[in-house]
Amino acid sequence: MLWACLRLPDFSLQLRLRGAESSGSVVVTTAGNRPQVLSCNSQARSHGIRPGMAASAAIALAPDLVEHVRNPAAEEPALRSIAAWAGQFTSVVCLVPPDAVLLEIAGSLRLFGGLRLLLLQIDAGLIELGYTAALAVAPTPTGACLLARAGTGVRITDPAQLPAALAPLPLVLLDQPEETVRTLSVIGVHTIGECLALPRDGLARRFGQQLLDELDRALGRLPDAREPYLHPARYASKLALPAPVQEAEPLLFVAKRLLLELAGFLRMKQKGVTRLKLTLHHEDRKPTVVMLGFAVPCRDADRMVRLLRERLANVELPDRVEAIAIDSEETRPLGSRNLSLFPEDRLPEEQRWLIIDHLRARLGADAVHGIISHPDHRPEQAWRACEPGTGREGYCSSVRRPLWLLEAPRRLHSSAGEPLLDGPLTLEAGPERIEGGWWDEGDVTRDYFIATDAAGRRFWIYRERGEAAWFLQGVFA
Amino acid sequence: MSTSLSLVLQHPAIWRGDQYAKVAVESVPTGFAELDAQLPGGGWPRAALTELLTNQQGIGELRLLAPALAHLSGEEKWLVLVAPPYLPYAPGFESLGMNLSRLVIVRTRSSGESLWAAERCLRSGTCAAVIAWPGPGSERSLRRLQLAAEEGKSLGVIFGPTRNAANASPAPLRIQLSAARGKLEVQILKRRGGGWAPPLALESSSVLRPALRYRRIRHGLA
Repeated sequence: MLWACLRLPDFSLQLRLRGAESSGSVVVTTAGNRPQVLSCNSQARSHGIRPGMAASAAIALAPDLVEHVRNPAAEEPALRSIAAWAGQFTSVVCLVPPDAVLLEIAGSLRLFGGLRLLLLQIDAGLIELGYTAALAVAPTPTGACLLARAGTGVRITDPAQLPAALAPLPLVLLDQPEETVRTLSVIGVHTIGECLALPRDGLARRFGQQLLDELDRALGRLPDAREPYLHPARYASKLALPAPVQEAEPLLFVAKRLLLELAGFLRMKQKGVTRLKLTLHHEDRKPTVVMLGFAVPCRDADRMVRLLRERLANVELPDRVEAIAIDSEETRPLGSRNLSLFPEDRLPEEQRWLIIDHLRARLGADAVHGIISHPDHRPEQAWRACEPGTGREGYCSSVRRPLWLLEAPRRLHSSAGEPLLDGPLTLEAGPERIEGGWWDEGDVTRDYFIATDAAGRRFWIYRERGEAAWFLQGVFA
Repeated sequence: MSTSLSLVLQHPAIWRGDQYAKVAVESVPTGFAELDAQLPGGGWPRAALTELLTNQQGIGELRLLAPALAHLSGEEKWLVLVAPPYLPYAPGFESLGMNLSRLVIVRTRSSGESLWAAERCLRSGTCAAVIAWPGPGSERSLRRLQLAAEEGKSLGVIFGPTRNAANASPAPLRIQLSAARGKLEVQILKRRGGGWAPPLALESSSVLRPALRYRRIRHGLA
């Protein structure tokens, strides 16, 4: 077994910062009457702001400081989203609240080309999602977590090296009561190595079995069972923006972060999304809902972003947006073909549909269609609009049919029984009797003619049986 | 001497007054031998914009493109009709031997949308041909379409009224169509390599070629 721990230091701050491309000084504070700074970004740090300071003191140092109160309720779903995204790398993902995720990666090394490449991919992926993570690898989950908390970025694959790697870590990193850690530091024990040097029975008597157990789990002496994270059937995630925006580009930036998470989730599920719901939350108004449809299941975040850009260009936002939520409403199975070496090495089928999706995103789904002929003799019933790509191979029929049909037959003037259209029409061929529709009360009995006018234009006209009126129905373009 | 001279004259960089320069352009045969002979590359230029200017609908202007379209429908890519003036009639297109599963119709609400859709399709690289009836558009919008056609290696055809002939256009091929005495008259206004091209009169029977003959067929109960 080999475990990788992805820990997100200052998770609450990172959650705030990933929603915008750049920001000024930002701090996350505790709630309550006298808020304290929990974490601060580098800009705030450069003003001398440090965690633990009173928020009022921080504002005195940086007047343009943006304060966010920590929202623990948003952290857990965000951590779950990371776990869902990480499912593309391994089948075993465990949550380590509040700010870390464990991946069992022994089985994934081969697929991803070795430990170094796998970690590079995970790291690059997290950066795209807008996170900065401390990654550590160890043969035990507890060991990996401890190393990640220390932020050392150590990669231990050999269990024999684990004790030496854990020994210098401070005891505060353990999941032990503060009391235990303080007492140990009073007797001069500050690191895990020093603690392990103490007699075991005395340690157990003084601090209880749980301290020993945690150390033993870290070293692999005790089994370390972790509950695997169960991936939800569909992906839903929400991200609050650090400051409300109305412009498309910042919105797309945030949406892309979520869509990348979705893409990771879809890769894990071996699926592609066919219907995606994007909800833009406003402060006081009803949220704006944008639906994206894909003709072919899609798991390419760039493609989703391009489509979304098209859609947002047409959507009128009533107000500024303060949070974005994404929900994969409908997904369909898809092979793992997107993971190809070269991005352009994609199946043409998927690429072919890209343009259809694009056109539909802007013009509406009905505005883009194919045509198919329908077995009916009545011309207006002899064709149907259909999904592009579903039409048939043509056959060369000997019957002359026009390329253009009028939406509805147009009544022509006539003189002495001869049809007129900007002048007299000459009947070139006909009549062709077309009868049908008695079964659906659209009964017609018509004699069709091909007619030309003086200018050389050719039309398809008809006359109802036994009536004098002429109608224009088609154009031989 | 004369053989070496004729060899020299075959060089593509040499232009003789009565010829258009031979330009190596990838093209799709139009299906009409007289027309192919007048077009550089011997057909509709692929990866470029072609303007077809006519004031009349129903003279066979679309059937002029039919053999090329039927040929292109054998490829995997789409054939797109942007903002056609009437309903494209499936049996009509089928009778031209076209594979309807390649045909995409895009309906738009404005000239701007039509130009946008045409540009998108041309640029996508997944449309073999894009035929558009965009209505009024500026030279700049045509230039965008020409660039998009080059980029997407797509055969772009724009239908417009004859009066557009007076405007400058970035399209490398411009053709004016009219009907004369039952024939489709094809006048090349501009082509790559330059040179004046004599007007062609294509027999309407050859324009209507795919529908070889008219046969009286009784349908239904009659």
